[in-house]
Amino acid sequence: MSHLLSIITFLPLAGAAFILFSRGAEETRAKTARWVALITTTVDLALSIVLWAGFDGSTSAFQFVERAQWLGHGISYHMGVDGISMLFIVLTGGLMPFCILASWESIKTRVAEYMIAFLVLETLMMGVFAALDLFLFYVFFEGGLIPMFLIIGVWGGKNRVYASFKFFLYTLLGSLLMLLAILWMYFTTGTADIETIINTAHFPVAVQGLLWFAFLASFAVKLPMWPVHTWLPDAHVEAPTAGSVILAAILLKMGGYGFLRFSVPMFASASVTFAPFMFVMAIMAIIYTSFVALAQEDVKKLIAYSSVAHMGFVTMGVFTLTHQGIEGGIFQMLSHGVISAALFLCVGVIYDRMHTREIAAYGGLVNRMPFYAACFMVFALANAGLPGTSGFIGEFLPMLGAFHINTWVAIFAATGVILSASYMLYLYWRVIFGELVKPALQAIKDLSLREAATLVPLVLATIIMGVYPKFIFDITSTSVAHLIQQHNAALAYDRAAHHFAKAETPAQWHVMQNVAVKTIVVGGNAP
Amino acid sequence: MNLGHDLMALLPELILALGSMASLLIGAIAGDRRAPALSWAIAGLMVVAGAVVAVQPAATAFGGAFVVDGFSRFANVVILGAAALCTIMAQNFANAERQQHFELPVLIGLSTLGMMLMVSAASFIALYLGLELQSLALYVLAAFNRDNVRSTEAGLKYFVLGALSSGMMLYGISLIYGFTGTTEFSAVAQVVKASGVNIGLIFGLVFLISGLAFKLSAVPFHMWAPDVYEGAPTPITAFFTTAAKVAALALTIRAILIPFPDAVHQWRQIIVAVAVLSMWLGAVAAIGQTNIKRLMAYSSIGHMGYALLGLAAGTQLGVQSMLIYLAFYAITNVGTFVCIQAMRRDGAAVETISDLAGLARTRPGFAFALAALMLSLAGLPPLAGIWAKIYVFLAAMHAGLVWPAVLGVLASCVGAYYYLKIAKILYFDEPARPFDKGYGGVGMGAILTASTVFTVLFVVVPWTLVEPAAAAAQALVR
Repeated sequence: MSHLLSIITFLPLAGAAFILFSRGAEETRAKTARWVALITTTVDLALSIVLWAGFDGSTSAFQFVERAQWLGHGISYHMGVDGISMLFIVLTGGLMPFCILASWESIKTRVAEYMIAFLVLETLMMGVFAALDLFLFYVFFEGGLIPMFLIIGVWGGKNRVYASFKFFLYTLLGSLLMLLAILWMYFTTGTADIETIINTAHFPVAVQGLLWFAFLASFAVKLPMWPVHTWLPDAHVEAPTAGSVILAAILLKMGGYGFLRFSVPMFASASVTFAPFMFVMAIMAIIYTSFVALAQEDVKKLIAYSSVAHMGFVTMGVFTLTHQGIEGGIFQMLSHGVISAALFLCVGVIYDRMHTREIAAYGGLVNRMPFYAACFMVFALANAGLPGTSGFIGEFLPMLGAFHINTWVAIFAATGVILSASYMLYLYWRVIFGELVKPALQAIKDLSLREAATLVPLVLATIIMGVYPKFIFDITSTSVAHLIQQHNAALAYDRAAHHFAKAETPAQWHVMQNVAVKTIVVGGNAP
Repeated sequence: MNLGHDLMALLPELILALGSMASLLIGAIAGDRRAPALSWAIAGLMVVAGAVVAVQPAATAFGGAFVVDGFSRFANVVILGAAALCTIMAQNFANAERQQHFELPVLIGLSTLGMMLMVSAASFIALYLGLELQSLALYVLAAFNRDNVRSTEAGLKYFVLGALSSGMMLYGISLIYGFTGTTEFSAVAQVVKASGVNIGLIFGLVFLISGLAFKLSAVPFHMWAPDVYEGAPTPITAFFTTAAKVAALALTIRAILIPFPDAVHQWRQIIVAVAVLSMWLGAVAAIGQTNIKRLMAYSSIGHMGYALLGLAAGTQLGVQSMLIYLAFYAITNVGTFVCIQAMRRDGAAVETISDLAGLARTRPGFAFALAALMLSLAGLPPLAGIWAKIYVFLAAMHAGLVWPAVLGVLASCVGAYYYLKIAKILYFDEPARPFDKGYGGVGMGAILTASTVFTVLFVVVPWTLVEPAAAAAQALVR
């Protein structure tokens, strides 16, 4: 199965084509579309689990590698996964069937088009995590904008047009700047191969800053970081439930993944130089957006702001450039992927019944919906970082990493944990507890079988990841260690090059060069 | 260098010239009844000429005034292809509007002939002859809908401003001739290399570029474009934005890169300024437009800006990127104008953007095609447009033009807004009354399908365009 990765990536496209060419009345077409989408995504999930099972966590090399001729001149179709990207493939594959199920009844108009948009989106998301060529990455990364634009704009809420344009233009501007950086990297190195660039290319320190910021422009919007996060609450609020799920669970992770794949190994010096800046941004995100979340009247908006805060932990963890920090950042992304998806699904459940997202419209749901209340509780507490859930590890490890670097960063970040507990518990209290007094809620029903089927697996995932995170670290650990080695080697090279510029005599230069070469060789070969 | 050799080099042009004149005769005798048959005949001749062009060996004819090389081959194939499709569109348009006139295909044929001569011209005299042949036919075509005020206004405006720009260009050419003593491109290059750039030559260059910029509708010589594009009959506007643009750009490439490689510092700043201004004007001014043809005019101004960025680079990669851009732009625009021409309600053409509202409900295929073409023009991956932009920006940055590339990227983000707005109107809005069935005539659906398939699937087989463009660029710049 040497083409497994490509099959996983492009299988949803085949499903989309099947739906596209299906004929018949609106109603039968909708039915076909639902089932085809569900089957395709489920098969894709199964395949990504096969991929996971076949993945060797003891090596940091890229696996399931595929290469094919594409544009030529150093630009090729190059796919592969390592410990960093592997689990994002599984996350994407794992959440898609839930998205389809969540849209089963809530989407009533233009169902076939909706499912096509989702399947195309899945292909593009898988591609982002599997691409090992700069241009291929860019195509997948930015291509995702079109289906998401349509999902928000066609099936979204009242203010959908504004939200979809804002989402689109924000993200587009960021990724176009990244494109320029990609072009620059391509013509200075002569290759667009990500692996080759990481291993052999060394960009001048002065240029690294610019490249780093160009990539940051894209990833910061995607992640999103404070202060370019404002598109996220709008997009989340207006998107249909499944759209919010994908947005929060997968699309946001592309930013963090981008830091790990590009910024840290390729622009080592710049990453170190600007790490304090990133810490400040991360802490702003954690504290400021947590307070904003506390004041929200809209359930989805509250969760959206909490997403920004949680992504702050990712930024902080990654730029500690320590093993714990980076691994914690990855874990936090995976954990937040599950938790935020589940939270949006929970909101979807009550939204489908009451058609409002206003917190004040609810209250006392525990009386009529005990099972729902229990599921929601797990996710609310996980989002608040309760030990025993995945959220705890995702927040704890980045903070641990930060402690090694700077105590103040960790202290400020820790206040975010308290704040997240307060806004989540406050939300939970207002929606679930209290007397069921509102007349509209008197007849509300507990979870249906379909809804339970979407929430229960996520409850299990949250708890398993919290209790036994080792199965995640088994996959990521070697690759993270390797990433740090690559980063340190590149850093040593840059420093040596810097000294060389100042060196007086050729002899000094020779020594410096030897040091640099040794560091790279040792760094590259060490286990 | 005998006459037979020269004529063989000119074979595709001769096919079209004789065909057009024969059509003129037949039309004069048989009248407008034969107009449909003549249209198909001219379109067929264009395809034949295109096939001949594709297999023609490289040659130089008429004492170096005319060349056939990889560059002219590439540009001519694109021009002839676009012109053939526009002829078919024009035939269907005339049919729908009940305005069959046999002059229509003849004029399209003659102006296409002018374009072919422009692309192959290797001296300023040949360049000017080709350009005028093209322009005179285009002036008439713009005013072809002669009972329509806007169409005649378009023709007149185009003629007056076009004549002015031709005059400027001719003045520039005469200055260049005066200061170098020759009109042949390669000889000019030798003189410039030997004796350097003097002030007279710079004046000549500036006038030349001004004239060319007018033909390209690049800022600051763009004012005519929105009015003319809006007023001219739709298929003729399609012809303006595809074949005519390709010819003008190809001509600009040759007329600047071959004679003035050693004056690169003089012309590069002009081209960069024109390119950046065009991109921004195209992006900003299109936002407020309500008429889709006017919007496409501003879009065209913007796209000329991106293409000129490749010229500013002045390298082989730059030329390659421009050729890719031209081919992409011609193919996309033909499809777009098929869509515009198919916007008919109760037998009458409608042109405002709001007429497209909710098309995705009433005509999903139509809406998908138009949305794909628009988003491709906006430069969104994985559609074809982004690759054209990538190559242009790559060439510009490679030549050290980082700031123009950054400004271009920002402009394309601004420009994305109005393309996106069309996608929004197509998909998000409540449906307006549906358009008339079909795509407005024979072959129109097929043209649109082909254009859309290219747009969507280019990413899978990019080498089909990238490799020929590279070969063509190699023939021009080494």
